[in-house]
Amino acid sequence: MSASSIMESLFQRSLDDLIKGIRLQLIGESKFITKAMEEIRREIKTTDSQTKAVALEKLTYLNSIHGIDMSWAAFHVVEVMSSSRFAHKKIGYLAASQSFNEGTDVILLITNQLRKDLTSTNEFEVGLALECLSVIATTDLARDLTPEIFTLLSSSKTFVRKKAVAVILRIFVKYPDAVKVSFKRLVENLENSDPHVMSAAVGVFCELASKDPDPRLYLPLAPEFYRILVDCKNNWILIKVLKIFAKLLPLEPRLAKRVVDPICEHMRRTGAKSLMFECIRTVVTTLTDYESAVKLAVEKIRELLVDDDPNLKYLGLQALSILGAKHLWPVLENKDVVINSLSDADPNIKLEALHLVMGMVSETNVAEISRVLVNYALKSEPQFCNEILGSILSTCGRNFYEIVVDFDWYVSLLGEMSRNPHCQKGEEIESQFVDIGLRVKDARPELVRVARDLLIDPALLGNPFLHRILAASAWVSGEYVEFSKNPFELMEALLQPRTSLLPPLIRAVYIHSAFKVLVFCLHSYLVQREVIHPSSVDDLATGMPDLGFGIKCVEVSDIAKCQSAADCGHDDEFNPRVSDISVEDSTMETTRDITVHEASSSVSLQKEPFTHESILNLLNLVKMALGPHSGTDEVEVQDRAQNVLGFIKMIEQELHGLLGEEKGNFEIGEHKVPKIIELMYNAFSKELGPVSVSAQERVPIPDGLMLKEDLSDLDNMCADVLKPPSSSFTTGNPQFGEREGDSFFNLHGKEPEPSTESTLLLAQHRKQHGLYYLPSDKNETVSNDYPPANEPPLLSNLVDGTQDLMKLTEQSLASKKKSNHAKPRPVVVKLDEGDELPVSATKLTKESKDDSLSGALRDILLGDKVNPMSSQRQPSDKSSGKREKEALVDSGYASRSKQNLGDAQPSHGSSSSRRSKHRSHGKEKQRSPRRNNEGKEDTQKDKKKGSHHHRRHKTRQRADGPPNVISQTPVIPDFLL
Amino acid sequence: MIHFVLLISRQGKVRLTKWYSPYSQKERTKVIRELSGVILTRGPKLCNFVEWRGHKVVYKRYASLYFCMCIDQDDNELEILEIIHHFVEILDRYFGSVCELDLIFNFHKAYYILDEILIAGELQESSKKTVARLIAAQDSLVETAKEQASSLSNMIAHATK
Repeated sequence: MSASSIMESLFQRSLDDLIKGIRLQLIGESKFITKAMEEIRREIKTTDSQTKAVALEKLTYLNSIHGIDMSWAAFHVVEVMSSSRFAHKKIGYLAASQSFNEGTDVILLITNQLRKDLTSTNEFEVGLALECLSVIATTDLARDLTPEIFTLLSSSKTFVRKKAVAVILRIFVKYPDAVKVSFKRLVENLENSDPHVMSAAVGVFCELASKDPDPRLYLPLAPEFYRILVDCKNNWILIKVLKIFAKLLPLEPRLAKRVVDPICEHMRRTGAKSLMFECIRTVVTTLTDYESAVKLAVEKIRELLVDDDPNLKYLGLQALSILGAKHLWPVLENKDVVINSLSDADPNIKLEALHLVMGMVSETNVAEISRVLVNYALKSEPQFCNEILGSILSTCGRNFYEIVVDFDWYVSLLGEMSRNPHCQKGEEIESQFVDIGLRVKDARPELVRVARDLLIDPALLGNPFLHRILAASAWVSGEYVEFSKNPFELMEALLQPRTSLLPPLIRAVYIHSAFKVLVFCLHSYLVQREVIHPSSVDDLATGMPDLGFGIKCVEVSDIAKCQSAADCGHDDEFNPRVSDISVEDSTMETTRDITVHEASSSVSLQKEPFTHESILNLLNLVKMALGPHSGTDEVEVQDRAQNVLGFIKMIEQELHGLLGEEKGNFEIGEHKVPKIIELMYNAFSKELGPVSVSAQERVPIPDGLMLKEDLSDLDNMCADVLKPPSSSFTTGNPQFGEREGDSFFNLHGKEPEPSTESTLLLAQHRKQHGLYYLPSDKNETVSNDYPPANEPPLLSNLVDGTQDLMKLTEQSLASKKKSNHAKPRPVVVKLDEGDELPVSATKLTKESKDDSLSGALRDILLGDKVNPMSSQRQPSDKSSGKREKEALVDSGYASRSKQNLGDAQPSHGSSSSRRSKHRSHGKEKQRSPRRNNEGKEDTQKDKKKGSHHHRRHKTRQRADGPPNVISQTPVIPDFLL
Repeated sequence: MIHFVLLISRQGKVRLTKWYSPYSQKERTKVIRELSGVILTRGPKLCNFVEWRGHKVVYKRYASLYFCMCIDQDDNELEILEIIHHFVEILDRYFGSVCELDLIFNFHKAYYILDEILIAGELQESSKKTVARLIAAQDSLVETAKEQASSLSNMIAHATK
């Protein structure tokens, strides 16, 4: 044993050897490390402390640099930590602070070791323990070591004291009850003459105030912070104090009045950019009501903006955008810099500039700015390009397209954005496409036009980022096909061979849209041939004056009829002939193909758009394109292809006969086909509308329906799936829209499926939702005299985007007041505003998390109003602990704090008189700030110091009595007035 | 507060990691990988701040080494740049014109120096002279202990005891 130990310590690889070894390994570094780990595992178990320490040092190295796990060695860390040699101890503590966490079980073993080191006479050992504790302290450690830390808070050695102050933050967070004991000492450290100690204390308060959900608690300390702000010369400390004020100022307007001058003074005087920037930030976030301060800050921001240092420029832009939310004029004043920054080399700066530009957007200039930005995006690199597109989309889409007046323009802008080669915003554009279709009736013709342009461009199919947009386009052109100028062309686009590049789900949307187009064409043809007289069909409740649309009700009897028709159609009539037709067709196809294309693309369809021939060609085209899909593996695609093909089969034969006959030579009653087509047409022309998120909740639950019993399990399973999307309405998604249509179709359509449970559910869902689709007559009052679609802007005559933008913002802002819209803004369908459901839940949990710490702090800082009045209660309060305290805080806090700050004067009077009876020095303390008010700073300081010493003296007498920060708190109101 | 400090070489090698907020080993590796990807690809004349997962990362390159510190949204970036510079100056004083190799072979020293500058994610010592004095004092404590330990006779005595 001893011999091997000597050998080990003599021949052990040192840390240097290990590092050199790793550096020599060009390849196979991991192999070398594995070998080294084996050695370490062996060495660390030795009894020789030197060998063990070196092994641990190597392990720490491998852990922090190479990320090798060292949690297995936790016990050995404890061993090395407790070594009596400083060198080993140091290695042990380093290892502990690198590797220990809440879950390390051996942490339980180190309490005594830490206590021993915290009370060591060697200040460096104390330092090690404190440093380690600041990283690894758990609730148990914090509780057990609070007395030691408390003692160290007033250590005479700066080295120890500043560390102890820094550690107290972690202690408070882990063990809020420590606040009761040591808060007062922490406050005393704010007044320490040593800047290091003061800096550490300010740092702790800065952290506490910024993490606390209720910074109001720190208002009582405002006088201390004010003194530091005025007297301190140390930039590090000043920055922290400014941060604290940034939290306090919004809570207390009177405080703002006091600090605005010193802050401006610092801003003017300081040579340190970091301090200057902090002053600027404080002003732009919290002191925006003080005109002179804002002016000065804007002046300084300007300095930052024109500086060559990109850091300063970036921060300047950031400050400007914070200010922009309150005052727009500084942004406009610096417009030149902002717009030039759009072409900066630094993406961060560009992004900030983009935010500022979007901040300048209003109803009047949105069109121009967007146009310039979209063109600018064409020239930018992909990432920034998408940032631009994204911010245009979110700005224009905000609050139901609030700033968009001309939807024709916006829809064509969406189309243009889709064509940007870098565009990756498919999802956003997709949802806006569908959303506008659903909400803005007047935009539909233009929407269909834009969708058509996107669909017929075969180049777009190859870009996977655009697939979602294409899906939306397909859906739009199917749903609103009545606005299409040329349905045949649309059909060809939907069925073009390159659609095979699309993912199956989107192909399914294409096919379903093709179905809608087909039904529309057939129906229009029949109307045109007067086979169907819109008004004469007795089943229909409402007539159709032209190709217009509206909500038509399909009656139940129809569905039944139709289903039976479909049944027999499938089983008896058509199946035997399939082969014949296909053979026949294939021969006809080749000859006709050319004519189809020519006919549909070149012949103008103005007068007699639907001819016998064109309809036949259409049917053949559909059959040919969808034939291969009927056998595909993709369920969605196959399903929809079968739907269409089945429909064609069902009507084809009779249609041929029908088409051959002359107009009006037959009786409608004898033929099923017109009825079927009529039915399908009506099914598809039922309008889909946006659905409120809470629609389901408003459906009264029918009697005898047990919702909870069967579906409660489903809730858990589908928790993720059922979560509402980020937009507040559910039909923003075309897939969903598609489903709707499909379920409808399945119900009323031809392919009768076994009525499974899911279809029943769907039926029910549909029925219920039917009630909540918006009635469309409301928006029909809008004027119909729509001007023709906007010409797309010419790209070529755009010289320089940024210059343009500059002029633009100028013009638009000059003419901001007058609105120059030629036409009224179309109605955007919004559901009732009561839909904003998801709020407060997250907020609540966050608050409860911090509750215990801020609860403890409340007790200390604001407890003064309660304590003197209920002096008997004090001891019981202390002993009964947290629960009662929290209850007290919860119930009484809000009103109490208000009282504290609002009508401070009366309460101050009463409490001071009460206290003056038994405590003379408290009174003295209260008076001093009055002098402060009068401006005699220096005398006041002396006084304060005097009282401070006095006070500390007193605390020594009663080690941890009730916190007597009390004497300090009544100070604020005076100070503030 | 500062959540962590990273030193990464231009080649993406990690030279020092110090975590002031709790991160598991897995998260640490992920953070390092992500950030070195973001920071090392940024050009030389760009600003020294990166927005990252709701935090800000302030970095500065000295020779071949990137010094990175992660801070909260409302922390002062320029102050952190000054802290980084402060750290570098102290390293420079301690090692005598510091280079990457110094930090590679004295990685623990770099930690001890950092621990005198920052504590709990806050600056604790703004005087270079004081840090130098404190480190020297601790070094001498370590050295005397080492001398005692490494004498051969001591080792043999210890082993045969």
